[in-house]
Amino acid sequence: MDIQVRVWRQSGPSDKGRMVTYDVKDISPDASFLEMLDVLNEKLILDGDDPVAFDHDCREGICGMCGMMINGVAHGPERATTTCQLHMRHFKDGDVIDVEPWRAAAFPVIKDLVVNRGAFDRIIQAGGYITAPTGTAPDAHATPVPKPDADAAFEAATCIGCGACVAACPNGSSMLFTAAKVAHLGLLPQGQPERDTRVIDMLEAQDEAGFGGCTNMGECTTVCPKGIPLTLIGRLNNDYRKALRNT
Amino acid sequence: MTAPFWTEGDPIADRAAPDGPIETRWERRKFAAKLVNPANRRKLTVIVIGTGLAGGSAAATLAEAGYRVRSYCYQDSPRRAHSIAAQGGINAAKNYRNDGDSIYRLFYDTVKGGDFRARESNVYRLAQVSVNIIDQCVAQGVPFAREYGGLLDNRSFGGTQVSRTFYARGQTGQQLLLGAYQAMERQIGLGNIEMFARHEMLELIVVDGRARGVVVRDLVTGEVSTDVADAVVLASGGYGNVFFLSTNAKGCNVTATWRAHRKGALFANPCYTQIHPTCIPESGTHQSKLTLMSESLRNDGRVWVPRRAEDCGKPAADIPEEDRDYYLERIYPSFGNLVPRDIASRAAKNVCDEGRGVGPGGLGVYLDFADAIQRLGRKAVEAKYGNLFEMYQRITGEDPYEVPMRIYPAVHYTMGGLWVDYDLQSTIPGLFVVGEANFSDHGANRLGASALMQGLADGYFVLPNTINHYLAAGPFDAVSPEDPAVVEARAQVEDRLARLLAVDGDRTVDSFHRELGHIMWEYCGMERTDEGLTKAIGLIRGLRDDFWTRVKVPGTGEQLNQNLEKAGRVADFFELAELMCIDALHRAESAGGHFRAESQTPDGEALRHDDEFSYVAAWEYGEVPTLHKEDLTFEYVHPSTRSYK
Amino acid sequence: MAVTGLLLVVFLYAHMVGNLKVFVGAESFDHYAHWLRTIGMPLVPQDWYLWIQRFVLTAAVIGHIVAATILARRARKARPVRYVHRTRVQGSYAARTMRWGGVIILLFVIYHILDLTTGTLNPVGDRQHPYANVVADFAPDRWYVTVFYTLAILSVGFHLRHGLFSAVRTLGQRTPRGERLARAAALALSAVLVAGYLSVPFAVLTGLVD
Repeated sequence: MDIQVRVWRQSGPSDKGRMVTYDVKDISPDASFLEMLDVLNEKLILDGDDPVAFDHDCREGICGMCGMMINGVAHGPERATTTCQLHMRHFKDGDVIDVEPWRAAAFPVIKDLVVNRGAFDRIIQAGGYITAPTGTAPDAHATPVPKPDADAAFEAATCIGCGACVAACPNGSSMLFTAAKVAHLGLLPQGQPERDTRVIDMLEAQDEAGFGGCTNMGECTTVCPKGIPLTLIGRLNNDYRKALRNT
Repeated sequence: MTAPFWTEGDPIADRAAPDGPIETRWERRKFAAKLVNPANRRKLTVIVIGTGLAGGSAAATLAEAGYRVRSYCYQDSPRRAHSIAAQGGINAAKNYRNDGDSIYRLFYDTVKGGDFRARESNVYRLAQVSVNIIDQCVAQGVPFAREYGGLLDNRSFGGTQVSRTFYARGQTGQQLLLGAYQAMERQIGLGNIEMFARHEMLELIVVDGRARGVVVRDLVTGEVSTDVADAVVLASGGYGNVFFLSTNAKGCNVTATWRAHRKGALFANPCYTQIHPTCIPESGTHQSKLTLMSESLRNDGRVWVPRRAEDCGKPAADIPEEDRDYYLERIYPSFGNLVPRDIASRAAKNVCDEGRGVGPGGLGVYLDFADAIQRLGRKAVEAKYGNLFEMYQRITGEDPYEVPMRIYPAVHYTMGGLWVDYDLQSTIPGLFVVGEANFSDHGANRLGASALMQGLADGYFVLPNTINHYLAAGPFDAVSPEDPAVVEARAQVEDRLARLLAVDGDRTVDSFHRELGHIMWEYCGMERTDEGLTKAIGLIRGLRDDFWTRVKVPGTGEQLNQNLEKAGRVADFFELAELMCIDALHRAESAGGHFRAESQTPDGEALRHDDEFSYVAAWEYGEVPTLHKEDLTFEYVHPSTRSYK
Repeated sequence: MAVTGLLLVVFLYAHMVGNLKVFVGAESFDHYAHWLRTIGMPLVPQDWYLWIQRFVLTAAVIGHIVAATILARRARKARPVRYVHRTRVQGSYAARTMRWGGVIILLFVIYHILDLTTGTLNPVGDRQHPYANVVADFAPDRWYVTVFYTLAILSVGFHLRHGLFSAVRTLGQRTPRGERLARAAALALSAVLVAGYLSVPFAVLTGLVD
């Protein structure tokens, strides 16, 4: 199939950036979206042009490295799918596809479609962990965890930190990301001792990083490739309220 | 007559491992190792390259102990290392099922599974600390699967007779890595680890015979800088991407370990790679990577190809039962579709080589669930494999409930790596290697759910208890930035980057990488011959020369330049590929996943030669590589032959 | 946002119940309006309660607006460069129009106070007989007042549809079942409110109340 892509080109943080149109011919419908960009880049290189920079790594939907706005939707039109697992068969011959980077003040553009998501790491640093230095652990069976809690913690823990939630949020908020970690650790008995400080510190780090506030719109959960549910934000709010009371 | 491909040097031995009863070797080693006073640890700096299970857990644990750690990864966050993609699970000899499991049994299974090409001492230690890993991970909040009673669930994995595999649905690697990542982020927050994401190590700095630092490139600004410390830990993963198509992440590379190899570290068993039988086949020339599907599919799916090559183009439904060849059931009647990974992989390649492969390019075999659906009902099949079927459909666009799945083997893991002693120290003092980057504990073949175990064992429990023995002699003399070794290493990096950019030829990096991958897959994959490997070495050398005269790397070195990154990695893959072929050529036996056509039983099965090849092949870098043999002795598990007929 | 919003919703419901008195008759309606001024007597002097309520409501409105402004400014700062191509995938119409809807409501409230509280903009403006004021307001030849009123009430409806759900979520609602319930309740409460408020002008318009 032949398509046209309009790609955001920005040579560096200080460049203003613009959309540039490219023709991509003879793309197999079985190619992934990133493989389509690979084909485009091969051509650009041989033509002496600068290839499009984009982040990617595992290409199987788990590392969270890839991500771009495709026709205005984070990770493109398929639900519960990362960009690397989106295939060209979901587009039609002759389509014009717009590709843009995640846009958020907390995710500054490095080049083209590559952004800096270090703010997510800083949120985790603030409290997204359980303090358990190596060697201090009791036997794994010392504390049973009810299966529903373990399953719910797992669901929350499947977040891949790709940033689609922020990219899609009209407020540029990272609440779903933070809420997923607060829920994952808060649902487990091991996470209780730090439960109050965790939610307070993580929210503070999130605000400091320059993310917007949450207004419960739900765009985040819809584009989330792992389907992290919006209810976790309620759980975070609940934890936060209790934490403020307790401290 | 061409020059010999290698020469043989002196044998080497692992001097760090204690002898005596295997059960107490690790205890005795820990006791004998010198300790560093807690107050002195703040004065010692350790560089850790890579943030996967091994690197992440090592960095966190060393920082918790009080050392100053500087950590580097090429990804944008330490959480993205490729350990995250491991699906299956992690073994531990907890015996929570009371099914006769023990440390000894895990040790026994692993030595046997590695086809008697691993060290007994190391494997025993691995089995011992496996128990602590699970405790550690649970304490960190890793949400392992649990039973209704609230206790941890286990499953049997990879053909073992006990249930010792702990798992978190199909995302065990992700959950374990996030545990290590979170422990690491905590230490970053506390200021004990300095983290450098989007930085790639391009050279090792060796001063007075000790590993003292690294040269790194900031992938965003392109700035090349040096970093010196008291010790360097490489946790940079495996080199499966030498095959271009593999289940590895696109960025996985050999550069860190290869650069260390060039600086004097021996590279052990480079030809030992693991090939996984149930991957989704290539769909065309655009293919950039392969995706693994859980092996559990073979429990209910039946593998077949058309009996006649001329039927291969027909839809599967149009091929009547009598024209199908259920070749695994035919050749291996007692194990059928459940034969081990290496056998299933090789059989698939054989039928495809006969021209009976299905799908694009004839590189695939059917994995058919029609019988299972008929026998168990669609609902039951859906409950068991629903998510895998969904993944398959997402990638291929075909509905596996209606048409049989197509599968093909793909490179998945590399057992080879830098040679290390019992302390995980390489042949360069002060250079430690952990996880998949070392040649490790798996021998010629890795059992399922063992990679995660080894990575975390190395990082959480082994290295932090051995590196102190080395560091106790420190802090070492300060290394000045003007030290000739530092200046030279830096100049080497800058020169290489400049050379790559200067070629300005007419072929892309990827086109070379793809071609290299083809050569490796064809001649150094599942089945190898003397003739093929010799040919491959010639082809690789030719292609490498071509690369350095025709590659086109756009842009400059002073910016984010993903093609420059790739070019450097591919350049190192060329050198590694040659050594892999030489290693495969010299090992004239079939072992583990490696079938050497000249070494087979009369009925076509793998034939090991314990009398000649019961050693670790450790290679020294040179124009012509030098082979150092480390003899393997088996005091506890006596070598036997695997049979699956 | 959530606390001030919920307070205002409680008021809106009380206000609606009062409005519906219009169907009982002029006397009852005027009596109700008068009663409002006497609540709490003789514990507190006349009108005191009303002023307390006005004070609390004004504070709530200001608090609500300040919070909304902070959120809007943060959102703007959080995404300084806009998308060239943007497709909404989820956020309902209600959720997306919270901010502009809020502005319409604010403008309406100002008009509404000038109209029916102070009587400044009312054609009758008799503070002793609010019933007459209401009937005069929605007279058929003043159709534009009814249109504006309807627009404002619909805005309130949309605003509450997302606002009510969002408020309980902000206060910690966290189960999927609760989410479904909260969304359904928000829809129902908004619909009832819209119907209740719109019934008055349309009753006047159609002559049901005169």
